[in-house]
Amino acid sequence: MAITRSLRGIGARVVGGVWRIGFGTRFFLMTLFYSGLSFRRFRLTVRELFFTGVMSLIIILVAGLFVGIVLGMQGYETLKRYGSESALGTLVALSLVRELGPVLAALLFASRAGSAMTAEIGLMKATEQISAMEMMAVNPIARVVAPRFWAGVISMPLLAAMFSAMGVFGGYMVGVVMIGVDEGSFWSQMQSAVDFQHDILNGVIKSVVFGVAVTVISLFEGFDAPPTAEGVSGATTRTVVQSSLAILLLDVILTAFMFRGE
Amino acid sequence: MERSTLDLWVGIFVVVGFGALAVLAFKVGNLSTYNVSQSYQLQAYFDNIGGLKAQASVKSAGVLVGRVTEVRLDTSLYKARVTMNIDKRYQFPKDTFANILTSGLLGEQYIGLMAGGDEVMLKDGEEFKKTQSAVVLEDLIGKFLYGKAEETK
Repeated sequence: MAITRSLRGIGARVVGGVWRIGFGTRFFLMTLFYSGLSFRRFRLTVRELFFTGVMSLIIILVAGLFVGIVLGMQGYETLKRYGSESALGTLVALSLVRELGPVLAALLFASRAGSAMTAEIGLMKATEQISAMEMMAVNPIARVVAPRFWAGVISMPLLAAMFSAMGVFGGYMVGVVMIGVDEGSFWSQMQSAVDFQHDILNGVIKSVVFGVAVTVISLFEGFDAPPTAEGVSGATTRTVVQSSLAILLLDVILTAFMFRGE
Repeated sequence: MERSTLDLWVGIFVVVGFGALAVLAFKVGNLSTYNVSQSYQLQAYFDNIGGLKAQASVKSAGVLVGRVTEVRLDTSLYKARVTMNIDKRYQFPKDTFANILTSGLLGEQYIGLMAGGDEVMLKDGEEFKKTQSAVVLEDLIGKFLYGKAEETK
């Protein structure tokens, strides 16, 4: 009997998971389909840009600076062994632009803005604001979900670029100002190694993909949350966990496509 | 529709974001140093290219003049055919030497161009006639050991 019960439990979980994936996909397509309003009344999107983008500014800039400083110190320690301290700029810039900028900015964005989006929409649903909108023939996806989606997609690459730029500045502070690596070789080696298309543009593509993934997951979790206090808190936790995993998984896939050695 | 402080903050955010992108493109990246549209293609055949890869730099007298765009094996000659994009500002004589060099002992490989004395310049799509392959460390060590063995005889 215990076997049947556990089998039944596994089956229910699988079916439930597939069900959620299907619902999530439909939700994503609906968001794209009803995006017209968020551009016609751009004010809605600007308001969300303020909450997702501007409010994440400080944490992104400070975190980028710290990561750049650490990269500068650690990179110097390692490069010194091979007598190639002048490559410090290359190391800092490439690791930030290709990987750390998009990934860390997206992780911070998921926990700073994604969780807030889930909690907000979950609470709107719990207090029946979403149903009230439907009652007034206002499409909640067009009015509430799509502006948040586009705000997230627009702000993510900008935040990642700021993170990388701040990180390079941090690496410069440590490498050139504190340790005393030659400033000319720091910048010139960096410029000859970092390619605009191959490195910077691919980093931007990565951050756009992460932005889509994080916002869709957060909005869907909020929209799908059980309308109780417990349900909203669970949905917020799931947002952070699933977004982080999605970012890292997508990073593996994108990196495999973008940087295959040649 | 009225302007509000919220718009100001969003404006600052967008400007700073694009500013950061511009810094990455011009200060960190190489967008300012070469322009793809104003370049011409040249080819060269090498017996052995060592570790040369696409995107490797092409230098003349140490100055970056272009980049390698493609490396492939020509099966009619069994030689490596290297295609490179050279900046339009720089023209090279027909008898220019193309060598594969290494920056530093273990650095990456690049193509060094040594201009010849011919008065006719290379045009788009033409090839370098005189090339020198990469120095393969294993061959060098092999020759050295062989030479040592000869000496001790």
